[in-house]
Amino acid sequence: MVEKNYLKEISEIKSIMNKSSRFISLSGLSGILAGIYALIGAAIAIYILENYKNSYSGVSLLPISYLEYLLLSIALVVLVLAILTAFVLSSKKAKKSGEKLWHATSKRLLINFAIPLFTGGVFCLVLYQNNLIGLIAPSTLIFYGLACLNASKYTLGDIRYLGIINIVLGLIATQFIGYGLYFWALGFGVFHIVYGTVLYNKYGKK
Amino acid sequence: MKDILKNINKAFDHRIRLGIMSALVVNEAVDFNTLKEILGVTDGNLASHIKALEKMNYITIHKQFIGRKPNTKYSANSTGIHAFKKHIEALENLIKNT
Repeated sequence: MVEKNYLKEISEIKSIMNKSSRFISLSGLSGILAGIYALIGAAIAIYILENYKNSYSGVSLLPISYLEYLLLSIALVVLVLAILTAFVLSSKKAKKSGEKLWHATSKRLLINFAIPLFTGGVFCLVLYQNNLIGLIAPSTLIFYGLACLNASKYTLGDIRYLGIINIVLGLIATQFIGYGLYFWALGFGVFHIVYGTVLYNKYGKK
Repeated sequence: MKDILKNINKAFDHRIRLGIMSALVVNEAVDFNTLKEILGVTDGNLASHIKALEKMNYITIHKQFIGRKPNTKYSANSTGIHAFKKHIEALENLIKNT
């Protein structure tokens, strides 16, 4: 009887420590969906690029800058969809466990995730400015990996590994310039799906 | 039995005080409203338990203003962290030995 009480006390301490320092309502399902959006986006981009190379198809008549805008808007749509899904599913999950979505821990998570990501965004603009287009895809992977690594201290620790693996992938991608889109699909698509599935199985729908 | 119990800290022998310390040892500082939210307790209840911990000199209080609103943050000091660790160890020993 006494032992049971102390055990309960210890588990309560653990739960408060987690609740007060980490945002734990991150949804695994949103990771899987983000991966699927990324794969669809990459498939459309590859299709458009292939069409562009084939000079007989209609798309090729477009000027190159238009193609750039098209690819950029695909990337943006994927990004917005992924963020929206993560937001909606995480707020649902938070509601179910009686937590607020917007409080000290989620703010801290967001800020620490955003700093490396924002740095990466600016850096990619600089690469574009200097016409180093081939390095943009590897750089997004590296900076996204750093963002995950940094954020892992404030949420489920598992995203630390997602971060490390994306950093490694990004560094490898720097040696295969021209295949950026495929590395992108692997990093943002496949790895997200794998990681989302792991989270989903580990922490459930709760 | 008495020997095992001697490290159990009376100051932490309450759910809310234990909860406050748990939140403070893993964070640099936590403000009043966040503590209230985490523990799900009323203002008066939380304040009285904080006062008890303050009296033991386990926590440090930082008062400041955010705009015009007063904001009070709490953090565990080294005495408090040490006492809390001792208490946890005692709890673990109790579980192992019973």
